[in-house]
Amino acid sequence: MRNFLSDKIQEIKPSGIRKFFDIVVEMKDAISLGVGEPDFDTPWHIREEGIYAFEKGKTFYTSNSGLKPLREEISSYIKRSQNIEYNPNDEILVTVGGSEAIDIGLRAILNDGDEVIIPQPSYVSYAPCSYLAGGKNVIIDLKEENHFKLTPQELENAITDKTKVLILPFPNNPTGAIMEREDLEKIAKIIIDKDIFVMSDEIYSELTYDKKHVSIASIEGMKERTLLINGFSKAYAMTGWRLGYACGPNEIIKQMTKIHQYAIMCAPTISQYAAVEALRHGDDDVNMMRQSYNQRRRFLIKRFKEMGLECFEPYGAFYVFPCIKEFGMTSEEFATKLLLEEKVAAVPGTAFGDSGEGYLRISYAYSIEKLKIAMERLENFITKLRAEKRKAF
Amino acid sequence: MREELLSIIEKNSRIGINELATMLGKEEIEVANEIAKLEEERIICGYHTLIDWEKTSIEKVTALIEVRVTPQRGQGFDKIAQRIYNYPEVKSVYLISGGFDLLVTLEEKTLKDIAAFVSYKLSTLESILSTGTHFILKKYKDHGTILDKQDEDSREVVTP
Ligand SMILES: Cc1ncc(COP(=O)(O)O)c(C=O)c1O
Repeated sequence: MRNFLSDKIQEIKPSGIRKFFDIVVEMKDAISLGVGEPDFDTPWHIREEGIYAFEKGKTFYTSNSGLKPLREEISSYIKRSQNIEYNPNDEILVTVGGSEAIDIGLRAILNDGDEVIIPQPSYVSYAPCSYLAGGKNVIIDLKEENHFKLTPQELENAITDKTKVLILPFPNNPTGAIMEREDLEKIAKIIIDKDIFVMSDEIYSELTYDKKHVSIASIEGMKERTLLINGFSKAYAMTGWRLGYACGPNEIIKQMTKIHQYAIMCAPTISQYAAVEALRHGDDDVNMMRQSYNQRRRFLIKRFKEMGLECFEPYGAFYVFPCIKEFGMTSEEFATKLLLEEKVAAVPGTAFGDSGEGYLRISYAYSIEKLKIAMERLENFITKLRAEKRKAF
Repeated sequence: MREELLSIIEKNSRIGINELATMLGKEEIEVANEIAKLEEERIICGYHTLIDWEKTSIEKVTALIEVRVTPQRGQGFDKIAQRIYNYPEVKSVYLISGGFDLLVTLEEKTLKDIAAFVSYKLSTLESILSTGTHFILKKYKDHGTILDKQDEDSREVVTP
């Protein structure tokens, strides 16, 4: 029989996370710190709105770009949180998670051979989606000494005359890094100067601690060259509802809507009704969850300090990204050994790009009680490793 | 810090000062002082344990009693409320708006004890106009806690 598979798809490596997942599921009593989604249930009033939508028989397709009231709520949310105005009629598209927005956004922008700058470590889907859309990926290895921010110098070095898009993944999964206004202003200057477009993945925008998230689209001259991506998964603990959105210049949203209309038709209707409720009445829930994440974040940072484990202080998302270079193992070796010996699962930094080597992603989407036990085990583990190393001398 | 501190210890009063300080991003001494102040101001009024007595062998019956009273000149409802809350078997007394005035929670060993309390102690108090007693058959949720909830994590173990 012929090989019926696409060469292009076969080129893509399966996600490093998947491999790790297969080992963890086998272990029954492992504590996982490997989850990239909130531990909270979707707030009840939001779920209830979903139930009402079912009861009212809202079980049909919506318009391709999403329910009008939802687009209006998204518009007003971005206005009040970032002071950017998007027209709900033609500058907002409701998608199946931020995931779909990333995919079709890149497809709407890229021609074969266009260069896409992807700072890493970062979320796993940018590079494959860009590759599938014909992009040529140019990776920037972000540095811990810069707190995993994108620096103007790094960006300048990566730009060529083929560069078309910069993916801006902040607040960052897996590092927890954020970009503040002054950081973004420097980046924006280069972007405008070199006439580049930005895809800004702001899915963790509500989860920043002690500092407020700033969107690059809010910087003078950037709205017209930014596709802002966000969604309901992280802020409202709605991962399974599969709902996100993209906001951007009308020309791009129009092209994205075309792909969306043919590939997806529309985002889940029930989820859209629930999301209207989330945007209208969900602020208290978000504040409560943010406060709780922040408490756990402080707890982990303190514990790492006590263990003498190097870790820069992250101000966003729900991950910490400690450095494990002192142990002379690869991230994958370290994570596997930690899992087998102490039954704690954390994701090797390399799952998010080569520059994640020497780091571990630890999620704090877990209760303090769980984190406490996990940190005890981690401490045991590194104490053992250090003792072994000393003996070896 | 006050509100955040209270919201943590409202759910877990056994948490150590050290851990509390870490979670709040404050020094232990600041947190200890704040708690002392909250206790002094009677904002923190006690540290209790939520027990599902039904799962023990101890017999307990709880009743909610609606009470209508004639408020007294110069003292409103305070005096009669005090008369009622002084009984140790009375667990709570609230002044309520609507069809009646006081809502009393009463905990006793048996139904008979409750009946006795209502007919001999409560109804006979001066200024009590009427009472209506409701027995609690099952507690589903108390103090914001679902009593029978299993805390299982239904997420996949590793996700990007
Ligand atoms: C940085 C980042 N972007 C996008 C997504 C996709 O989220 P969703 O498709 O659920 O909106 C995730 C999910 O983990 C993420 O971490």
